[in-house]
Amino acid sequence: MDQEIKDLDLVDLVDKLVREHGATRDAIIPILSEINRTMGYIPTAALPEIRRRIQIPDEGVFLADSHVYSAASFYQMFSLKPLGRHVIRFCDSAPCHVEGGRQVIEALQAALGLQPGETSKDMKWSLLTTSCIGICSVGPVFTIDGDIFGNVTAERVPEILARYE
Amino acid sequence: MKVIRSMVLVSVDETSLARGAQDVFRAFLDEIDQFGLSDQIAVTTIFDPGVQGDTPMVIVYPDAAVYAPVTVADVHTIVEEHLFKGNIVPSLLGMMHELVPEIGWMRGRRGALPVQKRVVLERVGIVNPESIEDYILYDGYQALGRALTQMKPAAVIAEVEKSGLQGRGGAGFPTGRKWSFVASTPGFPKYVICNADESEPGTFKDRLVLEGDPFSIIEAMTIAGYAINAHEGYIYVRGEYPLAYQRIENAIHQAEAHGLLGDHIFGTDFSFHIHPHAGAGAYICGEETALIESLEGKRGMPRARPPYPTTFGLFGKPTVVNNVETLANIPPILRNGAVWYREIGSPKSTGTKVYTILGNVNFKGAIEVPMGITIREVIDIYGKGMKNGKKLKLVQTGGSSGTVVPASLQDVPLDFDAFRNAGVSLGSGTLLVCDEDTCVVDLAKVILRFFRNESCGKCTPCRIGTLQLYEIVSRISEGNGSLGDLDLMLKISAAMSEVSNCGLGQTAPTALLDILKYFREEVEAHIIDHVCPAGVCPIPQYAPEAIPVE
Repeated sequence: MDQEIKDLDLVDLVDKLVREHGATRDAIIPILSEINRTMGYIPTAALPEIRRRIQIPDEGVFLADSHVYSAASFYQMFSLKPLGRHVIRFCDSAPCHVEGGRQVIEALQAALGLQPGETSKDMKWSLLTTSCIGICSVGPVFTIDGDIFGNVTAERVPEILARYE
Repeated sequence: MKVIRSMVLVSVDETSLARGAQDVFRAFLDEIDQFGLSDQIAVTTIFDPGVQGDTPMVIVYPDAAVYAPVTVADVHTIVEEHLFKGNIVPSLLGMMHELVPEIGWMRGRRGALPVQKRVVLERVGIVNPESIEDYILYDGYQALGRALTQMKPAAVIAEVEKSGLQGRGGAGFPTGRKWSFVASTPGFPKYVICNADESEPGTFKDRLVLEGDPFSIIEAMTIAGYAINAHEGYIYVRGEYPLAYQRIENAIHQAEAHGLLGDHIFGTDFSFHIHPHAGAGAYICGEETALIESLEGKRGMPRARPPYPTTFGLFGKPTVVNNVETLANIPPILRNGAVWYREIGSPKSTGTKVYTILGNVNFKGAIEVPMGITIREVIDIYGKGMKNGKKLKLVQTGGSSGTVVPASLQDVPLDFDAFRNAGVSLGSGTLLVCDEDTCVVDLAKVILRFFRNESCGKCTPCRIGTLQLYEIVSRISEGNGSLGDLDLMLKISAAMSEVSNCGLGQTAPTALLDILKYFREEVEAHIIDHVCPAGVCPIPQYAPEAIPVE
């Protein structure tokens, strides 16, 4: 029952997004971005829905589900599986690393009991690593659901995590 | 308390002494005393300034003014004008070209401390980035007005070519020439793309412009569109910059509302539309053909080149792709003229460059200075020295794909030409400063992990090579490497540099190769002695009993 309602929502959402961004191939990424933002991830059921609306055989536009999947699976900000309620993205690029990033990621791993890429069983946390997010002047840096934390030390980690329900 | 605000250095090498340096030194002490400045100014001697002709030489810090040759008769003027009143005396400044490396960083400096020269970041932090009125108040849209009403498209391109502006995305290709390629290529429509997918680790100069002065990019893209006869532009902002995207979107709306974007701009026949596009997280999309693929709704995988985007770009049409910083230079060039622009920087690398200073320095952030500044100057003056008084070990220039410059090369001036000659990449202008506590193996591991993650997987040398290099370096960092691994890494790196499809694979081994070139002993210590000299790598405790007894 719940699943059905969800599917209906998804169809409505895809309809709305295709109307907004247009039924062309170059609209695929903006549409996927919106789904990812609205739902927290991209359900695989969305992919054929998008394909169906963009394919216009009369105009010579042929698209396979795999075309949509290939875009959805390429970009790091898209997730094809559900993530936790709070998503931590830790910058693991060189500038943050040089300034003590390793101690911070080790503290995050210890505090959450997660390895990078994992989601906790209670679906509260996902711990992801990301490439440079351009806030290097306050490194080491991580973000939680879009909140930015800079100049982080291992000691500050528990206090920051405690702010999230 | 005695606070020294200035320092006077007098050269006392043999030729200087023969020409009366001793008297000049005494004259400085006397004059400084007469002006009552003895508590504020220190006078000291330096031995060999490395100049042959112009001695004795006197250098005044912190302005780094170099006076030469100085006679006793000049001393009064220098003390009164420079030390007492604070004005450098241009008529007494010396010609600087043959200094020894220790003080070579002042070369070509003609006196004053290199202050920041803001062209790209001119308005950043000064104007309200969400108000077009503010932008117009600060000379905004003068350049577009001049271009549309007084110049033919060809004249706009000629002006940009004359300015000598080179692309600031990393490759340094002349912008004017790129525009003229697209303008002369048959085909319609044509497109202008602003590459705002700034993902090189440690680089955030474009973010500063997008967030702080978004209208300048909109104006510059419109000028580019006029110059190459395009009516559509795309701006590809990386997904990690939501604020920059909002500001660009707002700038587009406001410009349209004021008739400065859209149909019949300034009441002329020229129409131009800009579409913002948000990326979704992929380093490779900074590569222009990958960016175009991504704009078309596909995986961001680079195309084979040629054909270049100038002939076969977005939707297969001729396309100009310019970096944010490059575009930000366009309105000032058209407003003030190419001659004005050429006076900034060095003759072959004109204009300014925005650098981001990061790592183990006291001050981190972005600076904009004329081309040709040296790393030593950047660290000492803008970075306010090394953090905790540590020693500089190396600087990685140009982001993770850039070169590793050991401390001994820090006097090479930072411009495209000098860097190319020194085998160093200026790249995106990032300077990652690392002190003596940095382990080169650990640094290489982090850099290679980045490329392993970011390789798009299209071509084999890059897909497999980045993984192999990462695994080998990891092995070495754990104390399990062999000397053969070093040769193996050189071999893999050579293959990647030569046959990878795009810049990612070609430059991924750059830092590693430099580390093997300049810090080989340190890498070998991990392998032969099972020791990480910097104490960073997790090598298991060295067990003496494991040594076979003879």
